[in-house]
Amino acid sequence: MLASCHDQDGEFARPREKRDQPVELVLLDDGRPHPAVLAEDQTVIRGNGEEPQTLDPHQAESVPSANILRDLFEGLTTEAPAGDIIPGAAIRWNISRDARTYTFYLRRDMLWSNGDPLTADDFVFSLRRAASPATASPSATMLLPIQNAREVLANELPVEDLGIALLDKYTLQITLTGPTPYFLGLLTHPVAYPVNRRNLEEFGDEFSRPDKLVSNGAYVLRDWKHRVSIELEKNPLYREAENTIVDHVIFMPIEDVSVEVTQFRSGALDWTNEVPNNQFAWLQRNYPDELVISPWMGSYFFGFNLEVEPFVQNPELRQALSFAIDRQIITDKVTQFGEQPSFALVPPGIEDYIPFVPEYADWTQEQRNEEARRLYELVGYSHENPLRTEIRYNSSENHKKIALAIASMWKQVLGVNTSLVNEEFRVFLQNRQQKVITQVFRAGWISDYNDPYSFLELFRTGDGRNDYGYSNSIFDAVLDEVATERIRARRSRLMFEAERILLSDFAVIPIYSYVTKRLVDQHLKGWQNNVMDHHLTRYMYKLKSREAEETVTIETVVKEEEQ
Amino acid sequence: MNSSIDLQVEDPFAAAMIEVDVRGRSLWVDAWHRLLKNRAAVISGIIMATMLLLVLVGPALSPWEGDFTDWDNTSAPPSLETGHWFGTDSVGRDILVRTLEGGRISLLVGLVATLVSLVIGVSYGAIAGYYGGFTDRIMMRMVDIVYALPFMFFVILLMVVFGRHIVLIFVAIGAVNWLDMARIVRGQTLSLKNTEFVEAARACGVDHHAIIRRHIIPNLLGVVMVYVTLTIPQVILVESFLSFLGLGVQEPMSSWGALVNDGAQDMESAPWTLVFPAAFLTVTLYCFNYIGDGMRDALDPKDRL
Amino acid sequence: MRQEGILQHSASRLLGLIPTLLVLITIAFFMIRLAPGGPFDSEKILPPEIKANLEAKYHLDEPLVKQYFRYLGQIITLDFGPSFQYKDWTVNELIARGFPVSLTIGGLAIVLAFFLGTLIGIVAAMRQNTAVDYSLMGVAMLGISIPNFVVAPLLILLVAVYAGWLPAGGWDWSVQRMVLPVVTLALPAIAYIARLTRGSMIEVLNSNYIRTARAKGLPEHLVIRRHALKPALLPVISFMGPATAGLITGSVVIERIYSIPGLGSYFVQGALNRDYTLVMGVVIFYGVIIILLNFIVDILYAWMNPRIRYNEAQ
Repeated sequence: MLASCHDQDGEFARPREKRDQPVELVLLDDGRPHPAVLAEDQTVIRGNGEEPQTLDPHQAESVPSANILRDLFEGLTTEAPAGDIIPGAAIRWNISRDARTYTFYLRRDMLWSNGDPLTADDFVFSLRRAASPATASPSATMLLPIQNAREVLANELPVEDLGIALLDKYTLQITLTGPTPYFLGLLTHPVAYPVNRRNLEEFGDEFSRPDKLVSNGAYVLRDWKHRVSIELEKNPLYREAENTIVDHVIFMPIEDVSVEVTQFRSGALDWTNEVPNNQFAWLQRNYPDELVISPWMGSYFFGFNLEVEPFVQNPELRQALSFAIDRQIITDKVTQFGEQPSFALVPPGIEDYIPFVPEYADWTQEQRNEEARRLYELVGYSHENPLRTEIRYNSSENHKKIALAIASMWKQVLGVNTSLVNEEFRVFLQNRQQKVITQVFRAGWISDYNDPYSFLELFRTGDGRNDYGYSNSIFDAVLDEVATERIRARRSRLMFEAERILLSDFAVIPIYSYVTKRLVDQHLKGWQNNVMDHHLTRYMYKLKSREAEETVTIETVVKEEEQ
Repeated sequence: MNSSIDLQVEDPFAAAMIEVDVRGRSLWVDAWHRLLKNRAAVISGIIMATMLLLVLVGPALSPWEGDFTDWDNTSAPPSLETGHWFGTDSVGRDILVRTLEGGRISLLVGLVATLVSLVIGVSYGAIAGYYGGFTDRIMMRMVDIVYALPFMFFVILLMVVFGRHIVLIFVAIGAVNWLDMARIVRGQTLSLKNTEFVEAARACGVDHHAIIRRHIIPNLLGVVMVYVTLTIPQVILVESFLSFLGLGVQEPMSSWGALVNDGAQDMESAPWTLVFPAAFLTVTLYCFNYIGDGMRDALDPKDRL
Repeated sequence: MRQEGILQHSASRLLGLIPTLLVLITIAFFMIRLAPGGPFDSEKILPPEIKANLEAKYHLDEPLVKQYFRYLGQIITLDFGPSFQYKDWTVNELIARGFPVSLTIGGLAIVLAFFLGTLIGIVAAMRQNTAVDYSLMGVAMLGISIPNFVVAPLLILLVAVYAGWLPAGGWDWSVQRMVLPVVTLALPAIAYIARLTRGSMIEVLNSNYIRTARAKGLPEHLVIRRHALKPALLPVISFMGPATAGLITGSVVIERIYSIPGLGSYFVQGALNRDYTLVMGVVIFYGVIIILLNFIVDILYAWMNPRIRYNEAQ
């Protein structure tokens, strides 16, 4: 039986170790690949983390859902392979002088996958649906910059009062409450995608199923086998259909990261969502060409509960604890994948923003340890009278290891007695929010859009996400200014100032900025690293194998001979 | 002694009557001698005693502390030079010490939780099976209900209401595991209570509690012992499953299950993180198994010829 | 007489199912809601307006008792409601898709385990305390001693990645993809059944009536087949009820490692995500299955063991 399986090579691919090498990539003048180097079978199989919650773009909030929706739909704006915001359904737009009114001009020849024309009215309908309390979209947060969005969501104003106006069949105007430089980026988010009204009216809650879903992106939904695979196929009516090379995309929901790697190695995947944390050395050795690591729009940090002893009014202690952590060791030995050790909140790589780098970032760790010990004793602790605290984290291999490392460093440098508390995710979130029993806890933020404000606003007094209990009126005032500032450079400087205030208060312990890490088959090209980790399949293509090239030639020769 | 056996063979009624008196005293002494003759059980016992000693004393003798992170040797293979005989895990902790310390927790969880489930399960199952009828139906229906409850929620609730404590892990696991025990014991009791010697005892007016205690439970010991040896590994594994879900022992404490779980993630890149804890775990489970078998053979009243 | 007893018993057991389920539903319903955190909590905490809309949509803003009776009313029509986590699907659909998969894998595993386990157990019992016994039981014990989260990745590594004989995971109803999960799932069950069979077989073989049978000069294999097998399998039958229920409702470890869309993950995922409707759905489903299986086991038990009399009045 095993032997028979072995023979059926077509049933499932052979192990990666025996896989072929791709041919050299040849590009045409316009940057597209030469047709001769492309593989015959343009099917891409992407590992996609957990099962997507939904394919209703307005209900989706998870990353796996968004990955698929980006292939199915297209918003007013979209992203280039490197992540730049480029025209999508809108071919161009005007922004008013006060930066509050956006006028979008739509392309005129666009069609839905069912053949309906796609017009500005579809966007008005869809944005209203996304903001409607009846939809109860968990991602509606992204729409809050739009005028009256908050009131509409709170059911205080009818949805028609949302700041969106239909100017003509192909023109649409969106009014914002304040200048929001990242607004064009928000429009690439699934919550701003159009849905087909006829489709929705016909099928109601079931419209997002295979055979039913109508979309406007590069692909259409062909099949959804729950928790097995989601198959998309090329949408022939998409505006860029002739430049879309990959004709089938299969998203595989695989929760377990190590499983994804074994699947990749056995040849079942072209692209993994992630790779396990502590296998860097091994992967580097065995899959150097497939392993792809790139900075990501996220920060990993630990928070203090600033509402309880011993951390209230005790910046020196917080500083000592922050200094005693050797971030280089954490990124080198624990996380391993080239994460950037960090002393700042905002990760690098954001357009027009230079993150605040404190002077102690350049000290040696020994200097920081020295200073940490001085401060620790200054606030009255010593080896005889050590600080007793706890680090709380939600169950995850990575969080566990980092918490362990920090506890060990605190013990070795300062003599702090740290206990570790590992909690199930929801329990952890609730405890964090209640700010009663937490002391030091795992935190972190991965932004949905490319702007430092996303990180800073977490620390505004009274923000629902401010689990730190941080409250600084000057910081709040600077943030208020940021929200109304329309000149980019000045806004940037204000945010820099806010970050400086926050970090001088030692409200958090920055550890590192995130990277994305995955295995990608060498045949798969056309995508580029970007800080948002958004990769649209329509830019991708698959090269053919060297071996395949030879076989083709031989076959051709044989055929010619026969003729 | 001999007379009792002869009687048992020839006249079960009389045997039952004599057993009421004789059995209580001699059963355990007799069983103990029998157990000592079982080579596999004795060897296993010696290994377990050594293991217990190692686990209790070992960590104190080691130059490493369980939570010490040796940053110069992370994920280091076993080596005499570095002093990490079993190698280190991905944050540089000594696997040898971790394995020994984990052994304490695993053995404790295994023994205590099994004991909890043994006591609850045997008495519950024996009562249900013996009384039968309405009592049985109600009691078994309760077992069915508890069976069908999500274990996860039970544990989360315990953790939330009482806070996080290792005792809770015993309680949680024991409280779930007694169910199988109760079912099996009940099944055995059902068939036992119609046997001649029980009917004889009943006919002689021995009260129900005495019958359960003296006739039913001793006769169940064989099956129960086998089941206990199956429960211990089960409990140790349930504990590791809990750790996996973030509800097991807190770091830096560990257990074999949790270590094996960690090791399984790196079985290719750092096999020593899996192999050593797994070896300890497996050897222990085997030993429990052989000791259990030995005890079963020793306690089996019908085998005393 | 005996037949009538069983029928009577069956009827009362089936009627008893309803109050049992009601208690089960009640306990599960309130336990789940007592667990801290809610279905819509996430690290990106929602603005209160949005959270209120979500809760209103799923009636989570109503008083608990009202929700409870709403739920009872709903499940009378066998409607388990929409899943909170997988928003595009109803709980009924999720169970209808997941169960056949788990049933297939679990069913194959339990059949494999039953035959292999009893066979090993009987052979070991017949050769009690010989090398055959020790090695058979030694090998069987491996199934219990090595956790399935070690066995599964190890098998994948050896059979799928290195040898390339079978796929590493995934699901398409093909036999190749079933082999590894079924084997992994069956291993511990084989070991349990083998041990139980061996234990009770030894006991039965030492009993008086078997001695009598042997004394009559009946060959050993006939002694086993005609007289010893049925009573020796009684503990195994007891074990099979819950074991089968456990196996055919899926295993979260197997499903995660082999990427199989079974039911098992819903118990854990549903619980972790506080997907109330999904958890309630699988809990009720599991409850019904286990009650039915226990019922079947009881019937089998009665059939195999004439000593139990249901009509007996105490």
